[in-house]
Amino acid sequence: MNDVILRLLRAARGGGVRISTAEMLDAFEAVEAVGYDDRQVLRDSLTLTLAKTIEERASFEIIFDTYFRREALAGGATPTAEQSHQNAADMEGIESKLAQRLMQDDQAGVAAMMEAAGEAVGASNIRLFTQTNLFARRMLDRMGLPELEREITNLRELGREEIAARLEAARKALGDQARSFMERQLTLFAAGATKELRENVLRNVKLSQLDRRDYQRMRGLVRDMALRIASRYSRPKKVDIRGHLDIRRTLRRNMAHEAIPFRTVWKRKKLEKPKILAICDVSGSVAQVARFLLMFLYALTDTLAGIKSYAFSSKLIEVSHILEGEDIDEAITKILNDVGFGSTNYGRALEIFSDTALRHVDRHTTVIILGDGRGNRNPPRTDLMKNLFDRAARVIWLNPEPTPLWGTGDSDIYKYMPYCHLVTSCNTVASLERVVDDILRSAQ
Amino acid sequence: MRKSLEALLPSIDSVESGLESVGYIPSRQISTALFLAVRLQKPILVEGPAGVGKTELAKATAQHLGLPLIRMQCYDGLDESKALYEWKYGKQLLYTQILKDKMGEELRAYEGMDGALDKLNEFDDLFFSERFLEPRPLLRSLREPGGAVLLIDEVDKADEEFEAFLLEILSDYQVTIPELGTVVAMVPPIVLLTSNATRDLGDAMKRRCLHLHIGYPDAKLEEKIVKTRLPHVEDHLRRELVSFVQQLRSMDLRKLPSVSETLDWARALLLLHASHLEVDLVRDTLNVLLKFEQDIDAGNKQVLAFIEKAKTEAAY
Repeated sequence: MNDVILRLLRAARGGGVRISTAEMLDAFEAVEAVGYDDRQVLRDSLTLTLAKTIEERASFEIIFDTYFRREALAGGATPTAEQSHQNAADMEGIESKLAQRLMQDDQAGVAAMMEAAGEAVGASNIRLFTQTNLFARRMLDRMGLPELEREITNLRELGREEIAARLEAARKALGDQARSFMERQLTLFAAGATKELRENVLRNVKLSQLDRRDYQRMRGLVRDMALRIASRYSRPKKVDIRGHLDIRRTLRRNMAHEAIPFRTVWKRKKLEKPKILAICDVSGSVAQVARFLLMFLYALTDTLAGIKSYAFSSKLIEVSHILEGEDIDEAITKILNDVGFGSTNYGRALEIFSDTALRHVDRHTTVIILGDGRGNRNPPRTDLMKNLFDRAARVIWLNPEPTPLWGTGDSDIYKYMPYCHLVTSCNTVASLERVVDDILRSAQ
Repeated sequence: MRKSLEALLPSIDSVESGLESVGYIPSRQISTALFLAVRLQKPILVEGPAGVGKTELAKATAQHLGLPLIRMQCYDGLDESKALYEWKYGKQLLYTQILKDKMGEELRAYEGMDGALDKLNEFDDLFFSERFLEPRPLLRSLREPGGAVLLIDEVDKADEEFEAFLLEILSDYQVTIPELGTVVAMVPPIVLLTSNATRDLGDAMKRRCLHLHIGYPDAKLEEKIVKTRLPHVEDHLRRELVSFVQQLRSMDLRKLPSVSETLDWARALLLLHASHLEVDLVRDTLNVLLKFEQDIDAGNKQVLAFIEKAKTEAAY
């Protein structure tokens, strides 16, 4: 029985429920305490010990139900006494175990045989749906299908056509059942692996080469990452500094006791949320990365004190209000229509920024610039960049190009580099997460 | 002693009937959770919307088992001195002031510094003894001779440092006080933690707990709850009002009415001597069920249809 639970736990792991070894031990202990008698109780107990979030709970319950589902064999009602008598006559000469069980309509017995055969052929190792038929065939062989077929032929030769037909029908049903058994194994043991693989690939795929059909999945991924980061940084706004007495406030609080310090007050440190200002190049290949950076930042609104965002290619506009109001995908399409696809001019963009928005930058602001630094040989205006650098808390430049391409052709990235606290290559969701995490950490 | 708790709760059914005997109607899952918590000596982390009976579960457990309920409300800034123990600083100061002369006399008998210091050391132990210790909820629950039910309410409101500090207590049921030594629980308390999920708890914390999610009850269970809590409500009215609330929950509301609101409403209807749901009556009392202006507006529009349906359902 332990094996059954173990395999269930493995299936649950594949299905996205995180189960550690210690939790496995807990689960076994729980099973021991409640026993196997009541399926509902067993399910509840395992859910209680294993699931840690509501989502995990839901997926575990589904996995549990799929795992323990037994499909009824095609066949029918339990035989009456008369029929059993009849059966006894029919049973004559039927020797293989499988055939006997099919004749007796012993569903539990057949199910048990299937279960055992499944284990023997390693059904839980199935990975691809194309393997379903192969595994089903192997299982049936193991259960004694060849013997069954031989017996059916024998019966036909003996002229017991009716019984042969019955067995033949049961054999067909058995085949269907084996296939659906394998399909269930596939959903249990392979779905998790495929999903995991897909997400891992997506996490590290170059954003500029991302397929349109993966957007939806990617959005989910970004939201999850943002949530994870947000929960890590949603800390209290003030912390006590242990051991530093706040003398002024201590004295005031203890006025009533002639300032004898009965109650002590410690000094507190105020933690500030980072203020973020993002300036995104939305031309050509950079737009794709900008899309996800903005998605990331706006998913983090609660953790940040305020976000302002600007988009530019040939001119620069503020896009905060567009992003806040609408569905992020629509908003980005709209922005791209407004300013995207022009010939990029970094110098001009910096000029407009200095004239209209520089006043929003103060010493608490982290400025994130996203762009490849290719200004079409227009003057880069590094003087304005220096200005920005002097005012802001941090200036971070994210470049979607890989490092070897920096500085080639019309790339001005090395000219801007002295005026940034950090310049880094960034073109996958994984690297985006790292950068945003880094910004929040350094703000604390 | 824990053995006797296990004896009190020999099976899941006995947990269920035990809780029912003190007026708490548990779902099967809740009983299973409590049963396992006692068997595996694990805390239960209870999650769910406000008002579905998270805190009530702890109270009912304590009442049924005849154990004291020790409650600790968490909030931002809660620290060890408020949760575990504190020295009675004021009392210590006061006593030193009063005993100053006495201590002076004692010390005068000693020639030289060494002797006096040794003597002073003894005083020190005197002032950091049990007498000046102010036990806070966590320590109290460990020192309760017959065991206790410890309710750590809204643990998600406390900060992460405090959560980390809880881990030691929750896994070993012991705590170390530097001046006194390690306090080990005589009988491990039954621990219930509640959370409204305002923030994700750490994985280490979740791993140590049984994870129980209490949602809104289905109609059958809710009727049973109303019946147990308010036996004076007539059968007919009870069925109607439960059906009405169940329908409200299918709407998109900012705050769905939970069991406590159903009970409040039933109480209100009882006070108004209602025997059936009527449109005006429901409109006037809707603010008992719904707590936001927009919700009440949205609810008002549906009142007629919901009452109709509630009446047909109650007729069966």
